[in-house]
Amino acid sequence: MANKRILSEEDIRAAVTAMAKAILAGLPAPRGDWAVVGIHRRGVPLAQRLARALEELGAPPLPVGSLDITFYRDDMAETALHPVVHETELPFDIAGKTLLLVDDVLFTGRTIRSALDELMDFGRPDRIALAVLIDRGHRELPIQADFAGRLVATRRDERVDVHLSELDGEDAVWLSAKTA
Amino acid sequence: MALRENGVKDLLGLEYLSVAQIETVLDVARPMKNLFTRSIKKVPALRGKTVALVFFEPSTRTRGSFELAAKRLSADTLNFTASTSSVTKGESLIDTAKTYEAMKVDFMVVRHAASGASGIIASAVKARVINAGDGSHEHPTQGLLDIFTIREKKKKIEGLKVVILGDILHSRVARSNLWALTKLGAKVTVCGPATLIPAGLTDIFGSQVSVSTDLDEALGDADVVNVLRLQRERQQGAYFPTVREYTELFGLNTERLQKAKPDCLVLHPGPMNRGVEISSEVADGPQSQILEQVTNGIAVRMAVLYLFAGPEGLPVNRPEAQKAAKAVQTSLKAIT
Repeated sequence: MANKRILSEEDIRAAVTAMAKAILAGLPAPRGDWAVVGIHRRGVPLAQRLARALEELGAPPLPVGSLDITFYRDDMAETALHPVVHETELPFDIAGKTLLLVDDVLFTGRTIRSALDELMDFGRPDRIALAVLIDRGHRELPIQADFAGRLVATRRDERVDVHLSELDGEDAVWLSAKTA
Repeated sequence: MALRENGVKDLLGLEYLSVAQIETVLDVARPMKNLFTRSIKKVPALRGKTVALVFFEPSTRTRGSFELAAKRLSADTLNFTASTSSVTKGESLIDTAKTYEAMKVDFMVVRHAASGASGIIASAVKARVINAGDGSHEHPTQGLLDIFTIREKKKKIEGLKVVILGDILHSRVARSNLWALTKLGAKVTVCGPATLIPAGLTDIFGSQVSVSTDLDEALGDADVVNVLRLQRERQQGAYFPTVREYTELFGLNTERLQKAKPDCLVLHPGPMNRGVEISSEVADGPQSQILEQVTNGIAVRMAVLYLFAGPEGLPVNRPEAQKAAKAVQTSLKAIT
């Protein structure tokens, strides 16, 4: 199995900063109505980092929430269960907010579909924008990122693993051939 | 009954689950409970699935709890009550189950007055069967919700002293509690009139279980007391002279509760006979978890429905659980 490191710690930091700049330029004010929501698991630390980067670039401190989409998945009947369920915590009212939805990798788009469904059950935000660290292509649904840290060309059967120091002890993105 | 990877198809009792499986259910019940604080308390996890509530015995709270659990997971529910059903016209247990099978239901939640009835249905149908109480055998979701309630408050089960008080002989709740509590490492004292305590409990559950007929002694150092309902409808003999004497000796009141630890939790599976097995002061007091148990019951039943719905049933994480699952299937084949 050939493992290739495609992003380093420095690359990830630069990508988050670049996304923060693009968000400040691209999302409508007032920024006081913005909130950041990370998708479990690696979207959560990324959401916190993005909120910090936005604040360093002049945005007000933004509330950060987390979303566990397990109960909204569409593959329950086909695949084994996901007995590890995390908790959704949205400690703010999302109605009327501009939500920045954050995940580590955008692949088929199905996770984002589930996340959008779940968010709608919490209220009616004014707008949801999607920010991902890596867009690796191979969409199965008409969903695109508004802000992507890196576009990475991959084969469908390859794996992209984002490692973040908060969960994995290192900051790196790895590309590997799928284990047979 | 072909299941991938030897998962457990049915929830018939906590006797047949491993520690890892019990903990999986408790862990999934937590995010389920968090859903209750939302304005939309419903998730699409079981959309398109059908849950038949097959109750051969009267029940309002357990059935309501399962029905709400199914609905909060977006499943459809179908109600069957024996008194309004073909059973009164002479239909057999398996024919009733087969009829629901033909309606392509995914789950049958079964309550029956005979021990083993849920197991007989489970061996006859492909649908997942969840035992909602069979005679004096088991009531696994009640056991799970009791454990969930204790774990939420005490943060652990291992090492706790739990008193199960009352009619142990007729109680499926007691049996499910005993299996789960001993597996998770609690010390259990069962307490009640000698006539209502079955013989040989320590042979089955081991030395973690002790028996007492003196409530004041049993309550010493207790972390939890689970008060059982006096099931007069099941008691066909003269087990004790009068209800008044029972209350005198085994009713839980404020004065007695002081023998236990000051933060001792009081559980009761309901419905309560106020003034018989439990006094109103205790039932409504600060240590009472009785209404919390009702809330937790929905979360635990959601976790059970969710976890058993997958293609492999409840995932088996450990070899001993696979062995237990096989043993159940073999013993069920022997019954039918």
